[in-house]
Amino acid sequence: MDAVIAAKNLNKMFGNLTAVADVSFSVAAGECFGLLGPNGAGKTTTIRMLYGFSPLTSGTLELFGKSIAENLCDIKFRIGICQQDNSLDPDLTVLENLMVFSRYFDLPRQTAADRALKLLAFFGLEHRAAAKTSELSGGMQRRLVVARSLINQPDLLILDEPTTGLDPQSRQQVWTRLEELKRSGLTILLTTHYMDEAARLCDRLVIMDHGKVLVEGKPADLVRRHVGREVLEITRPDQSVRDFLAQRGHEFEDLGHRLLVYDQSCNGLFADLAEQFRDADCLLRMGTLEDVFLRLTGRALRE
Amino acid sequence: MKLPLFPPVSGRFVRVWQRNLTVYKKSWKVSFIPPLLEPLLYIAAFGLGLSGLIGDVSYQGKAISYVDFVVPALLATTIMYNGFFETSYNSFVRMYYQKTFDAMMATPLTMPEIITGEIVWAATKSVLSAALMLPVLSAFGLLSYPASLLTLPLSILGGLAFGATGMFFTSIVRGIETFNLPVFLFITPMFLFSGTFFPLDQLPAWAQGVALFLPLTHLVLLARAATLGLWSAILPFSLLYLAVYTLVFFPLALTKMEKRLIK
Repeated sequence: MDAVIAAKNLNKMFGNLTAVADVSFSVAAGECFGLLGPNGAGKTTTIRMLYGFSPLTSGTLELFGKSIAENLCDIKFRIGICQQDNSLDPDLTVLENLMVFSRYFDLPRQTAADRALKLLAFFGLEHRAAAKTSELSGGMQRRLVVARSLINQPDLLILDEPTTGLDPQSRQQVWTRLEELKRSGLTILLTTHYMDEAARLCDRLVIMDHGKVLVEGKPADLVRRHVGREVLEITRPDQSVRDFLAQRGHEFEDLGHRLLVYDQSCNGLFADLAEQFRDADCLLRMGTLEDVFLRLTGRALRE
Repeated sequence: MKLPLFPPVSGRFVRVWQRNLTVYKKSWKVSFIPPLLEPLLYIAAFGLGLSGLIGDVSYQGKAISYVDFVVPALLATTIMYNGFFETSYNSFVRMYYQKTFDAMMATPLTMPEIITGEIVWAATKSVLSAALMLPVLSAFGLLSYPASLLTLPLSILGGLAFGATGMFFTSIVRGIETFNLPVFLFITPMFLFSGTFFPLDQLPAWAQGVALFLPLTHLVLLARAATLGLWSAILPFSLLYLAVYTLVFFPLALTKMEKRLIK
């Protein structure tokens, strides 16, 4: 199948700063693809390159099989973009935000009105159609931004951190809606630094850091490959535990007050540890994407 | 629209203009007040107050009343203020605080189209304010017709010139308070020294020379010719100056804004 997005060796320099270095990925039709990474990893810059807001320093970028260099306007008719910053129009009401936006896509008024009302209902905003955007809660504003990015019925939806700053209820609702859109066949590109979000929504993803792609794969495969199925956490470890692990030849990550053992089968180890040491301080849990992320990008604070 | 120096701009810039019109229509009752009331204030101040002190003014060899002298300058400065302030403070708020241009970039619009829409909107506000002032001034018998109707096409040109100027400053200011500089160094001196409140020949020769490079000087000359129905040899030159000024600052604003925002 033809790729909806084919990005090859994307590079972006801001003066001497390399924001994106040799990033390649492709997204197939109907797929939900994730760009993950800590703050400053180059996710937003990559997204901005996709819709011509940030010209490439080098590399090739094709959307729907067409180069964005020559076909940007045609391409932009077919994509919906939900930017990271809230860019709702505060001078307009909720409904007007959708209507004015629809004009940018040359939609006939009646078509736009039908779609706008459907989208408001889909995102649970129909009762706030006449409200000012500043009167909406953060979650409602975010839902309205996503609704707005669907007004042109895009073939590709690009979401830059769609749930950052939302409460758990709002996140769940956004996710449910996005899952419905996914089921309807919409191709989605998503950036996030919430690993649960990526694990739930993304069919495939890349983890980026310092402008580079570190790994690519399906969430479950990445967990298996880089962490193992299970992770053993030992809190308040003493030297004897460390000696025990080293003696048994287990690799572990030492955080000082906590040890993390990533292993393909921690089961036996967990039983032995619990028997020989205090079992209250040992926890065996499923490996998660967050483990993969932290292993690959490190635990140092960013920015 | 394909002109040398201009980046390509499709007719879609109208969508940006429409957006501003939609917002404007929500508060038109308030927006209509200044152009309707301001002429009354000026006529009261200059007609009742200053006129008595000054008497008639000699303009191009003719004695005209001070109010007749000032009224076209009032029109010209209104055209300037509407154009300049729309694309400076107002556009900056949309660009920087409201992220309106960012949102538009997620649609088929290009940056030159967005900026063109903003400048054309600024010119529209200039035309609207001139059109609202004309009947008020006419009611006092201060305009000669039909020549005065020429102030309408003139307000398009003036609006584009000062709209482009405002947008040029928007492309280079660091923050919204930085607009104080072009306002106090460029706009306010023009308001005072462009043959607005006293004839240019009252100025020393060097200052007259400087004034001839100020776009408002030419807008005032043209507006005064229209409202008084007085033609002179300098008018084609004034028209040409304003046109060239616009053709320099308009594409300059487009390219500078593109540089500022597309990174």
